[in-house]
Amino acid sequence: MPKAATLSIAWLGLIVFLLALPHGLSFSQQEILVFLTINVLLVASYRLMTLTGEWSLGHVVIMGVGAYASALYAKQLGVFVPVSMLLGAVTAALIALALSYPLFRMKGFYFLIGSFAAGEIIRLLWKRFRDPFGGPKGIKKINPMPDFDIGFYSFDFFEPVSYYYFALVVVGGSLWILWRIERSPVGLTFHAVHWQDKLAQSAGVNVRAYRTLAFVIASGFAGLAGALLAHYIGTINPNSFDVELMVFVLTWAIVGGTATFYGPILGCVVLSILNEVVLRELGFEQMRPLIYGLILICSVLFLPKGLESVVQNYLRRRNGKAMAEKGSAA
Amino acid sequence: MTSHFLEVDNLVMRFGGLTAVDGLSFVVDHGAIHGLIGPNGAGKTTTFNMISGFYRPTSGQVRLRGEAISGLPMHEVARRGVVRTFQHSTLFAELTVLENALVGTHMSFRPNIFAAILGVDMEDRRGAKARAEEALEFFGLLDFENEPAGELSHGHQRALGMAVAMAAHPDVFLLDEPFTGMNPEETKHMMTLMEKLRDSGATILLVEHDMHAIMGLCDQITVMSFGKFLAEGGPEEIRNHPDVIEAYLGGARHVA
Repeated sequence: MPKAATLSIAWLGLIVFLLALPHGLSFSQQEILVFLTINVLLVASYRLMTLTGEWSLGHVVIMGVGAYASALYAKQLGVFVPVSMLLGAVTAALIALALSYPLFRMKGFYFLIGSFAAGEIIRLLWKRFRDPFGGPKGIKKINPMPDFDIGFYSFDFFEPVSYYYFALVVVGGSLWILWRIERSPVGLTFHAVHWQDKLAQSAGVNVRAYRTLAFVIASGFAGLAGALLAHYIGTINPNSFDVELMVFVLTWAIVGGTATFYGPILGCVVLSILNEVVLRELGFEQMRPLIYGLILICSVLFLPKGLESVVQNYLRRRNGKAMAEKGSAA
Repeated sequence: MTSHFLEVDNLVMRFGGLTAVDGLSFVVDHGAIHGLIGPNGAGKTTTFNMISGFYRPTSGQVRLRGEAISGLPMHEVARRGVVRTFQHSTLFAELTVLENALVGTHMSFRPNIFAAILGVDMEDRRGAKARAEEALEFFGLLDFENEPAGELSHGHQRALGMAVAMAAHPDVFLLDEPFTGMNPEETKHMMTLMEKLRDSGATILLVEHDMHAIMGLCDQITVMSFGKFLAEGGPEEIRNHPDVIEAYLGGARHVA
């Protein structure tokens, strides 16, 4: 079979699977599926940032900026919800742009600590200012997505299935954009900035501008993920975006591996399934941080290149076999 | 303008109490291969770092076509037409050979993120690829274009460093010890390539320890010692210059 045909069948199969998936799940599992979809966008946007070699600890707070902004636009200013989500994403990107001025005076470990501090400052501002951020209790009764009808399917956003489909389209579109960026000359320049910033500079690359660009784009999509979350659960508070979630994002990215586009997504999906299905069944989902810690240590020790390396090895072996068959046929 | 293409004017670099380069001046002519030599620690690489914008000089100026370029960040110097290579094999080892050369085309084909998402930059991408492949072909690397740069042999890695610079189509190449670690065969081949580059209109300034290569290649040579200007002239002149022979002492047998 030609490769293109196999590929399109695989994509079609994946889409059908994703569309059919919620119907085989319980109500609470459907809710988890929505969170998982949003988290996939969060971790995929995080990877774009890591392409330039900088790891941030403020990504989840930036997601929160998108959530707060979108919620406030909808609630206080009466902006139509899907529009407010986009505006929330833009706000997160702009905040990231402002933060990039002090933060990109630092690199590596110092950037990591700086981004954590910047994130905590934002979180403290939410706690401190009851108006408009609602203080420690956050924002409640955030306007839900308005229901609508597209002919063959009517979206009722009280149902997690409807919200799942909506999130799937938004996240799918975002992943497509992230993928296009990564495979473009812009993505190549991100890699160049990561591996040899001096050499990149000598080829005329404005290294700081590209670091900023990656940070801003990643933050925009994180903000979009936050906005999706806010209008789904209807209530957000500063603790929804604390460092615990950030550690989960890091765990997903590290366990999945960050060398490929799908690595962090794989990590997010596998660990979420593990957590929600296996641990919940066994009745100790409360031990999630402990288990995640163990998984992180084990994966660093035994699978240092992440889950993606398993997939890569499998693909390589299959390609090798196909090559060998072709060779013997000829 | 030919006589004052790239001017180094009274350049000084101090690191704390140490004066690495002390009042150095010389002029590189357009279309020349100009060598910068001197014993270890003479300040050659420091000078290079100042010309390329890696260091900001303590005082003095570097001028290209009469315009001051010293003190500008490295990417701005590159955009004005001065592109450097690095000592050792500084490459994007994780990227393929072709991708390395594509990074070199950055200035001529500026990536545009919106065009990239929509896929309307295909013409630029093709142009960049053609430019990159041209540079790879010039240095005989086209056969390896899909291999990771880190897996190339040492000589090929050095050549790739120059191919990345060439893909940028600079007016001035700054080559930092381009022949280090090459065998005589490779050195000889590289020398002919550099002459070809010069004949196509490029100006080359190189720092090198391989006296054989320097003497055979350069039109003009500037000698530094302890951060100061020592002598200047054609290869024959430098070879017989008493100050140069004295500065090299133990190395004198190579020079003489």
